[in-house]
Amino acid sequence: MKYYKPATFEEAVALVAGAEGVTRILAGGTDVLVQMRSDIITPDTLIDIKAIPGTHEITRTKDGGWRLGVAVTGAEMSEHPELGRDWPGVVEAMDLIGSTQVQGRATPVGNLCNGSPAADSVPAMIAAGAAVTVTGPEGSREIPVEQIPVGPGKTSLAKGEIITALTLPPRGAQGGDAYLRFIPRTEMDIAVVGCAVNLRLNGDVITEARMVLGAVAPTAVVVHAAADALVGRTLDEDALTALSDLAEASCNPIDDKRGTIKFRTHTAGVLARRAAKIAYSRAKGATA
Amino acid sequence: MALDSSKTTGFKYVGTRPNRPDGLDKVTGRAKFGADAYAPGMLHAAIKRSPHAHARIIKIDTSKALAMEGVKAVVTRADFATGLEGEFGDILENVMAGEKALYDGHAVAAVAATSALIARDAIKAIEVDYEILPHVTDVDAAMQAGAPVIRAGAADASVPEGLHPNVVRYYESGHGDVEAGFAEADLVVEDHFVTEATHQGYIEPHACLGTLGSDGKGELWCCTQGHWYVQKVCAACLGLETSQLRVTASEIGGGFGGKTTVFIEPVALALSRKANRPVKLVMTRSEVFRASGPTSSTSMDVKIGMKKDGTITAAQGTFRLQGGAFPGAPCEMTAMCAFAPYDLKHVHQVGYDVMSNRPKQAAYRAPGSPMAAFAVESVIDELCGQLGLDPIDTRLKNASREGTRASFGPTWPRIGLVETLEAVKAHPHYVAPLKKGQGRGISCGFWFNHGGETAVSLALSEDGSAQVAVGTPDIGGSRASMALMAAEVLGIPYEDIRVTIADTATLGYNEISHGSRVTYASGLATIKAAEDAVQKLCGRAAAKWGIPEDAVYWEDGYAKPSGPNAGDFEPLHIDEITATMGATGGPICGHFEATPEGAGVSFAAHIVDAEVDPDTGKTSVVRYTVVQDAGKAIHPTYVEGQFQGGAAQGIGWALNEEYIYGADGRLQNAGFLDYRIPVASDLPMIDTVIVEVPNPGHPFGVRGVGETSICPPLAAIANAVSNAVGVRMRQLPMRPSRVLEALESAADG
Repeated sequence: MKYYKPATFEEAVALVAGAEGVTRILAGGTDVLVQMRSDIITPDTLIDIKAIPGTHEITRTKDGGWRLGVAVTGAEMSEHPELGRDWPGVVEAMDLIGSTQVQGRATPVGNLCNGSPAADSVPAMIAAGAAVTVTGPEGSREIPVEQIPVGPGKTSLAKGEIITALTLPPRGAQGGDAYLRFIPRTEMDIAVVGCAVNLRLNGDVITEARMVLGAVAPTAVVVHAAADALVGRTLDEDALTALSDLAEASCNPIDDKRGTIKFRTHTAGVLARRAAKIAYSRAKGATA
Repeated sequence: MALDSSKTTGFKYVGTRPNRPDGLDKVTGRAKFGADAYAPGMLHAAIKRSPHAHARIIKIDTSKALAMEGVKAVVTRADFATGLEGEFGDILENVMAGEKALYDGHAVAAVAATSALIARDAIKAIEVDYEILPHVTDVDAAMQAGAPVIRAGAADASVPEGLHPNVVRYYESGHGDVEAGFAEADLVVEDHFVTEATHQGYIEPHACLGTLGSDGKGELWCCTQGHWYVQKVCAACLGLETSQLRVTASEIGGGFGGKTTVFIEPVALALSRKANRPVKLVMTRSEVFRASGPTSSTSMDVKIGMKKDGTITAAQGTFRLQGGAFPGAPCEMTAMCAFAPYDLKHVHQVGYDVMSNRPKQAAYRAPGSPMAAFAVESVIDELCGQLGLDPIDTRLKNASREGTRASFGPTWPRIGLVETLEAVKAHPHYVAPLKKGQGRGISCGFWFNHGGETAVSLALSEDGSAQVAVGTPDIGGSRASMALMAAEVLGIPYEDIRVTIADTATLGYNEISHGSRVTYASGLATIKAAEDAVQKLCGRAAAKWGIPEDAVYWEDGYAKPSGPNAGDFEPLHIDEITATMGATGGPICGHFEATPEGAGVSFAAHIVDAEVDPDTGKTSVVRYTVVQDAGKAIHPTYVEGQFQGGAAQGIGWALNEEYIYGADGRLQNAGFLDYRIPVASDLPMIDTVIVEVPNPGHPFGVRGVGETSICPPLAAIANAVSNAVGVRMRQLPMRPSRVLEALESAADG
């Protein structure tokens, strides 16, 4: 196994493009190192990107959005004074992952690249309209987060490509997002179902809505019809029921040790209602 | 005349709460646990394990592993003793498979290499040819005609004819005529209950460092609850003379029964003998789950008849325990504990020990009892509910007390169940209002407690301080309790006593720290050893004063003349006697060796409030109170810790913990991510009430406390959840999906 610690993304991309066999990018390592220890993967090349300047920075972009370096950790997001005010759902989704120690290492970009259908931060990032900068031998391109996962453990990144930045759009007025997951315990667990909701209001009326489910299909599921069900209405009981039904209808889960098809489907509907209520109250100005 | 310091009141040190002597070492990281040992030239070992639930081993090719640079030795079953039978034969078969791999994770070979990484790579290079055989992991399926036979001829003489060969032991007891009893009842409830296998979940994986020379002399450092037992087992598995192997117990990061047996130590020693170097072997967490000793899973039927006034007229139980690929599931314990809290005219219980393709079960805190309580106390709760009776009054009405003939035969001596139930009734928790969506459950629990072979030695130093050597690894703060009991007898401060867990070369045989025996048996032996030393101290004083030995008595650290007739002498303090002991007869020591048989049984009753999320079926335990008879709490803080620990483990067992096997017979959740043990935020504060009904079998009245605390929780939590959702929960764990299904069935019904 070869270990590299490049100082620039150019160098990192060249290493990735030139590497043979199994290559893994190492940021926090909370998935990669665990998988190596348990013999799930044995990389030939390990490229540690934490030393590249800027990878730990959270910066406000000119348009009022956010740019996160690829080694930004959950703890850095939670401790940031402003990021959580704009995107509480994204920050709380990331904050749900692992222990305090893991929070000091784990990154949302790593969570995305690991390709787990149960990744907590991914539905929240998709609901928020987050995008990543993908850099390869041919240059860089910006693509929505939802286009990265293609199946369990699989991403759309081509050979030689790595993610070099994460961006969140400007929050703007009267917006709110929320993420909830179901686990049988209170923490230190993996999502049986996850649900992110991102809303914008005009007064009490919903003008934009995005709902994304996790752990109920091979990849995070964008429930496009959520917008049709909610836009132009307040979040009344009928809207919540419609949203809950849509969530259940969008599920394509598996039966496994973490949950049954029936339970996951039912709980997706429950979380849709609950997350929507939180997002709605945040959009109306609630700070919690 | 032998000194007797027996008393149940008027203590100076016993009953206080000083800091534990091992506390500073543990909070600073200085304490040495199993994996903290190193030796010059040490090798690292790894174990090759079967991926199959049941397979014949055709061939093991170790040549590629042996050819790797850094690999110093490989062992298979051929490197261990032959001809072992019974208990040791089973342990060796479990430590290293012979002809067949009997479960997913069964060891088939091991490597020692110059680094842990090389050892890990080397076991991948070992090639094993298997002939895969049909397997069975479920207890009921394993008893069915046509189920794969795990090991032919494993059953003992207790098993009636006509049962499947996987049923290896049978137990039956009771008295009266249960059919006549059921006929007297106003209501009879009969139900079927199921529990899954759970793991003790100790935080420290098994670890050891072994050195064994070609001369048959060895040293072993390991994490265990009983190093004399490890010595005996390892000597047998390797064909050594027992005394030539010295075993030292490390500090222990939890055991709960799971470290009362042997999994890896003979492997490290066999590798060391072959490589002629010290060998360290540390299990990974995944190995701990796959190849140590979880508890039995169960399938149980319980039938109880009750009159309208709450009198139980008859009780009958059938308890089937799945114990893995070897005999030993504690079916008789389950059956004996089931109805122990009750005074029954007609009772009958049956237990089956059933083998399957799973790891050999090991003890887990009151082995077998929690499951029995789950089934029995659920049925009693159902009867009370249907008859509109108060659950505590009903239990009090039927409670076992002194003179009651126990459900499994003996007549109870002084026991504390009635006092325990009355303390529950008097507790504010029992009458506190419940919120919507919450339910309350209570349950009794019973455990035997144990004495066992025990040896303790106490030596006084010139400055009057004392060192106590005990042979029972400290798994619950027992060094503090020993020091308190020695302080009480010697009359010197707690801080002046150092208690050490001695190695096997230092003391006589000490049985394992199990059966909640340590504070009882090692405590009794410590008291007797201290009395022995006091006797000698009095003798020295008598000699100095020139009076008879029995004219001297001991009080508060002083030898005193027993009265005016004995003479008028200034009392002699212990340090005045020890300062000159070299010149007055030599070192002053006390010792005691015995197999104490007066361990007092103990009863507990728990009160649980559970809240169920009706949308998701998720249960939160919102309030918990443990009430238990401790006989006499030597160190009340550590007694309370045992009470809380049992409740915490019970919450995990009841709600989310379970061994999950796939159709392929492989364990699906060999790690703490998917084996859902509670985390701190899953638990409420756990209140405790210590009831003290002294045990006449111990000088200070001690009853074992460590195990009884896990007997009531499964039932108490199940009763709370059942009362919250309005449906009887008959299967553990009560994971959210299962509770949700119960809620749906209630809505449909």
